[in-house]
Amino acid sequence: MQVNEYKPLIVAFCCNWCSYAGADLAGNNRLNYPAEVKIIRVPCSCRVNPMFILRAFQRGADGVIICGCHPGDCHYTSGNYYTRRRMAALFSMLDYLGIEKERTRVEWVSAAEGAKFAATMNDFVEKVVALGENKRLEDLRCKK
Amino acid sequence: MQKITREQLIDKAVALLADGTVSCVLGWSKGEFDYDVTPAMFNNEEELKANFVFNDFCGVNFSKYLVAKTQKCEGKILVFLKPCDTYSFNQLLTEHRFDREKVYAVGIPCEGMADIAKVKEICGDGISSIAFEGEKMAVTTLYEDAPVMLAANDVLAERCINCKSKKCVAFDELMGDEGNVIDSNRFDEVEKLEAMTPDERFAFWQNELSRCIRCNACRDACPACTCEKCVFDNPNSGVENKSPANSFEEKMFHIIRAFHVAGRCTDCGECSRVCPQNIPLHLLNRKFIKDMNEFYGEYQAGAEVGSRAPLVNYTTEDLEPGEVFDRRDTDA
Amino acid sequence: MRKCSLDKINLVFAEIAKNAALYLPVDQNDGSAAYKKWEEGTVWSNALNTVRSPKDFFFPQTEDLMAFKVEGKNIEVMDTRSESEDFVVFGVRACDVKSFDILDRVFLTEPVDSFYGSRRQHGIIISLACTRPSETCFCKTFGIDPSEPAGDISAWKTETEIFFLANTEKGEELLNKLSALTEECDDSAVNAQKEKITAIMDKLPLKELKTDAFGGGKTNELFDAPEWAELSQSCLGCGTCTFVCPTCQCYDIKDFNTGNGVIRYRCWDSCMYSDFTKMAHGNNRLTQKERFRQRFMHKLVYFPENNDGEFSCVGCGRCLAKCPISMNIVKVMKKIGGNKSE
Repeated sequence: MQVNEYKPLIVAFCCNWCSYAGADLAGNNRLNYPAEVKIIRVPCSCRVNPMFILRAFQRGADGVIICGCHPGDCHYTSGNYYTRRRMAALFSMLDYLGIEKERTRVEWVSAAEGAKFAATMNDFVEKVVALGENKRLEDLRCKK
Repeated sequence: MQKITREQLIDKAVALLADGTVSCVLGWSKGEFDYDVTPAMFNNEEELKANFVFNDFCGVNFSKYLVAKTQKCEGKILVFLKPCDTYSFNQLLTEHRFDREKVYAVGIPCEGMADIAKVKEICGDGISSIAFEGEKMAVTTLYEDAPVMLAANDVLAERCINCKSKKCVAFDELMGDEGNVIDSNRFDEVEKLEAMTPDERFAFWQNELSRCIRCNACRDACPACTCEKCVFDNPNSGVENKSPANSFEEKMFHIIRAFHVAGRCTDCGECSRVCPQNIPLHLLNRKFIKDMNEFYGEYQAGAEVGSRAPLVNYTTEDLEPGEVFDRRDTDA
Repeated sequence: MRKCSLDKINLVFAEIAKNAALYLPVDQNDGSAAYKKWEEGTVWSNALNTVRSPKDFFFPQTEDLMAFKVEGKNIEVMDTRSESEDFVVFGVRACDVKSFDILDRVFLTEPVDSFYGSRRQHGIIISLACTRPSETCFCKTFGIDPSEPAGDISAWKTETEIFFLANTEKGEELLNKLSALTEECDDSAVNAQKEKITAIMDKLPLKELKTDAFGGGKTNELFDAPEWAELSQSCLGCGTCTFVCPTCQCYDIKDFNTGNGVIRYRCWDSCMYSDFTKMAHGNNRLTQKERFRQRFMHKLVYFPENNDGEFSCVGCGRCLAKCPISMNIVKVMKKIGGNKSE
């Protein structure tokens, strides 16, 4: 019998210097994390414009996670500090508009933390699966 | 009812024009009715005496006009700034949007502005005249013989009920009292929404934002929105869709608009005033202001020139985005 | 002429809604009215008019024209048309009914806009006479009589009753379906109502507004009028006036990339926007003064020039009420027209 298992689409913005390398390490170490996570490499987590996040949801993402270097370790000295403030404000606003807060997350993953990357993604996907499809920030035109 | 009168302002303007301090005046020009006031430039005494007005319907914030007008006008511009306008004035100066040397700012006290929609709610459509008699407003309609007497508080605009400050924070000269910062209740509505369940909040905003016709008036009137080319006007941006095609477009536009002015918004309330569909846009801006006050310490945009807005600043000890919700959930 | 007690109005709505979607003005929680689809329990608004005009029903703000889907080397063109539903719009004021004539001139002359055309065919308009015009009303300037609204069926409302008169075949047919709920009557009550309305019209503050200075052939005379600079000096460049206007009909056609195909759609455009009619060489109207002038010259000069002297304004007063800085067509007509006729 065929089971219609729900597979979410997750967009992960990963900073080039830490988190992307962390994802690489997770792969090298053969650590499992869901294939539904699509990684988009950005030069720094602070490259992520709020519009990127909204556009990801528009194009069918069910969750968006931003990964960057640990605070203090930014390749550009302070980029992730700005990310931290911006995303705190943006996610709070999305929650204010009634959009489930579990669909967005910021996580700091260094190049050495392959295991943390995999664990984070597993946990995030699990939370998004529990919520189901993104209905509150969807664009039906993109689902046809 | 305003404490300062039209005549006082005209006298001041005429004097400053006469002694050469300024070459033109940015003021409110009277309209077809007693409530539709248009911002206009006045060049001489005759124009001022003929058309200048100052009353409870002069809500337009002049600060943004200075960006364009200072580039066009030779010599100094005289501008009358109400307390909330002075915050926008400072914020624009902080962002180097106009030349301070080209402006002569006169701070004026404000007793709060009236909302014509509230007048019409009480008196009905068909207003033939509005006269100010002492502390009252006498509204005559085509349908009743006797005028309806309204107290200023009956028809005060939302932003003035929750006025944050009667203090002029920027001026070359002050008319009347300096005024004080007020302990307002402006975040009450935001708190009410925060206390709702996500489903209720979603329903609330879905209902409000579904009325949006994407006229861009909220953006165009906003003194913090002064980009030469807005992302929503740029056909190459990929998001310039011109219309609220569906609920996603509505939300995206309003989230991005509010986010773009987050930390820079002085809460002047122009966005909600101009919205033809009466969407409470100030509740989006105030959410950002309230959050930033709570997360990063009290900050009032435009209170002083040169201050650093929360989103272009940081400390190494800032709270994590996830902690925003943990904190709230433990409070509850 | 047929009449019906207002107590039974919901039965009338229910009867109409049996065969077609029925839209009517409904109060919203912000105090304004908007057209909403009628269902059991919907309350008809008393408001003079809606913020958005009923042009939405025939010329919606956004409308998909077609879609493309790419699969391998094939491009599939898909029909997305959906304008075949029968519908009835109830409570349209005389000014807004007139706006459909103006839109018809644009969309139903060759080449006919088939989207608009089929919506017009599928729609029935029940108009309503105004009993309480606002100070912003100036329909009389354009020869519109709010006591004699056109449409497929005209309606008049008194304190207790509503009167219907069919003007077209479509209207006749619909009114016949309501025969069980309505009764035949003479027009004495309606005539009394009309007199009342006429008396109010003579009291309106904008009753003297004249179009004499405008019309076809005035382009050279008015185009370089010095008043444009002053009139447009505070214009914010927002699209409020054009989007609440019942006669503004400019649109843009755009492609939306859905990620797995393209939807070609059209949406209202506004001559107030900096990217209006943008072409390869850039914009042809570089300043807000030029854009502002375009709007009013179009309504008062270019349109009558091409349409037998018909102005493309109906005096509904929406732009007077909604402009953020209270600049509007009345002020333009008085300023420019006033100087020219002296």
